[in-house]
Amino acid sequence: MTKSITINLISGRTIQQGVAIEGGKEKANYRTAAGIIELDPTDLKKLGAWKNTNVRVTSPYGSVVVKATETTQGPHPGVAFIPMGPWANSIIDPNTYSTGMPTFKGTPVTLEVAANEPILLGIELVQKLCGVKTA
Amino acid sequence: MTKTITDVICPFCGTLCDDIEVIVSDDGKKLLEVNNACVIGTEKFLHSQSSDRITRPRMHQEDGSWKEISYDEAVEYTAQMLAKARKPLLFGWSSTNCEAQSVGNEIAEMSRACCDNTAATCHGTSLIAIQDVGLPSCTLGEIKNRADRIIFWGCNPAHAHPRHMSRYSIFPRGFFTGKGQMSRKLIVVDPRVTDTAKMADMHLQVEQGKDYELLDALRVAFKGEWLPDVVAGIPGEKIREAADVMKSGRFGIIFFGMGVTQTLGKNHNIDAAIAVTKDLNEYTKFSIMPMRGHYNVTGSGEVFAWQFGFPYAVDLTRGFARYNPGDTSTIDLLTRGEIDAMLTIGSDPGAHFPISAVKPIAKMPSVCIDPHLTPTSGVSKLHVPVAFNGVETGGNCYRMDNVPIDCRKVVEPPEGMLTDEEFLIKVRDRLKQLKEAA
Repeated sequence: MTKSITINLISGRTIQQGVAIEGGKEKANYRTAAGIIELDPTDLKKLGAWKNTNVRVTSPYGSVVVKATETTQGPHPGVAFIPMGPWANSIIDPNTYSTGMPTFKGTPVTLEVAANEPILLGIELVQKLCGVKTA
Repeated sequence: MTKTITDVICPFCGTLCDDIEVIVSDDGKKLLEVNNACVIGTEKFLHSQSSDRITRPRMHQEDGSWKEISYDEAVEYTAQMLAKARKPLLFGWSSTNCEAQSVGNEIAEMSRACCDNTAATCHGTSLIAIQDVGLPSCTLGEIKNRADRIIFWGCNPAHAHPRHMSRYSIFPRGFFTGKGQMSRKLIVVDPRVTDTAKMADMHLQVEQGKDYELLDALRVAFKGEWLPDVVAGIPGEKIREAADVMKSGRFGIIFFGMGVTQTLGKNHNIDAAIAVTKDLNEYTKFSIMPMRGHYNVTGSGEVFAWQFGFPYAVDLTRGFARYNPGDTSTIDLLTRGEIDAMLTIGSDPGAHFPISAVKPIAKMPSVCIDPHLTPTSGVSKLHVPVAFNGVETGGNCYRMDNVPIDCRKVVEPPEGMLTDEEFLIKVRDRLKQLKEAA
């Protein structure tokens, strides 16, 4: 049986994500920088996943496949971090509570190992979710 | 022979570094090297030179392919789209200069559009708080020369504003801060042990989403009143210690970022942070400043505010400016399905909006003005590549402390490419003709 864990998701800037967006969001480097979820080693263990395994992250607002990595800015058990970008924004809480600002930080999500599912490129992911036809 | 251009402005983040050196070829057409910039700024300058750059507008075709069209055709599509729309949205503006923003506002008035900038997803809630309770702030120069207590609350400049700490907040030796880092105390509040937190004298690893509680606890600690054993995951003793560090400085500053603006509580978190700053002024001098992201998001707020009276989320559909975040703000307008045409410039909502707010963009007439290929260009009907602002054209920009700085042009754009401002002027003039004929 596949194990799954529930965790609190936040998103934000990383310097690798910053370099990747300026280098070209159509490139694989963007996926490497932002198509990841940074987890505390204890949460990786709870999930039963090696680091650098693909995982499916699901919230009430959507679902996306990203690579689970071991955090470099920890420890932060119980908190997961996806760098800002289309992967995080596929699942974050869009409610603004009349402020105009979506709730980018603090979305409860479920994680399960999805070793054989592909991680889409940034533009490809958004086009697919929006149903845009591509040549 | 090459030429070295000094004192170039970096068009990446709100720190707007003004000490970049760029080495260009003798004919001024090729940018060869960038010195002094951070790794993100360097990448931005160098990416303008990439060989796979799109240099002409492209229309998305029925079969999913893209067809190259002329700038004149792109102007025609954009003007017709805005003339026909009942409630168009002009969004972005944070990665372009104030001159282009001003032309955009003329277009917005003519087309009775909603207009908004990227504060929608960064410091919009800060702006609400500032309107509620004011903002005791200062310039980055004052911080460099005077501040000996630096608080980074919910921001991670080591990643997001890489040279902020070396130019202004931690390391520089200023007039009254001659020992640089040695003369400053750094407190970082963040639910993660960020690379900024690792440098701090004190890290308060707040429980995610409990910033309001911690800010209130600090206010209690300033007064020496009773505190629970633990607030927001931080022991009461540590909160008292942090309060004493803040009170004992000669000049302090709270920098705050997305950690407080995007978590629940939102504008109320900022209210509380400003109240903390106000309280601290009973004991010493304290200021507070939002860490603005895009290099000219501050400028966009300034231009909106001086022309329409509001810094973001402006609705002109009734022929005059209205402002009501939650109602006239972009994410809400898009998710409620009220918008029927979208022009994006100088930002990437496709990547940085929740997907439920991106889906409607893909279904309506849409124009994306951006030098890069982005998720927004990928879902828009028309992509108009333009010259890189701050690299291939100059123009006015505002630093995060509201200081205006003129960006500099360092190389020529590829032949025949328009700047944001040139393209918008053509759209404005064509829209004017269409409106007069109607």
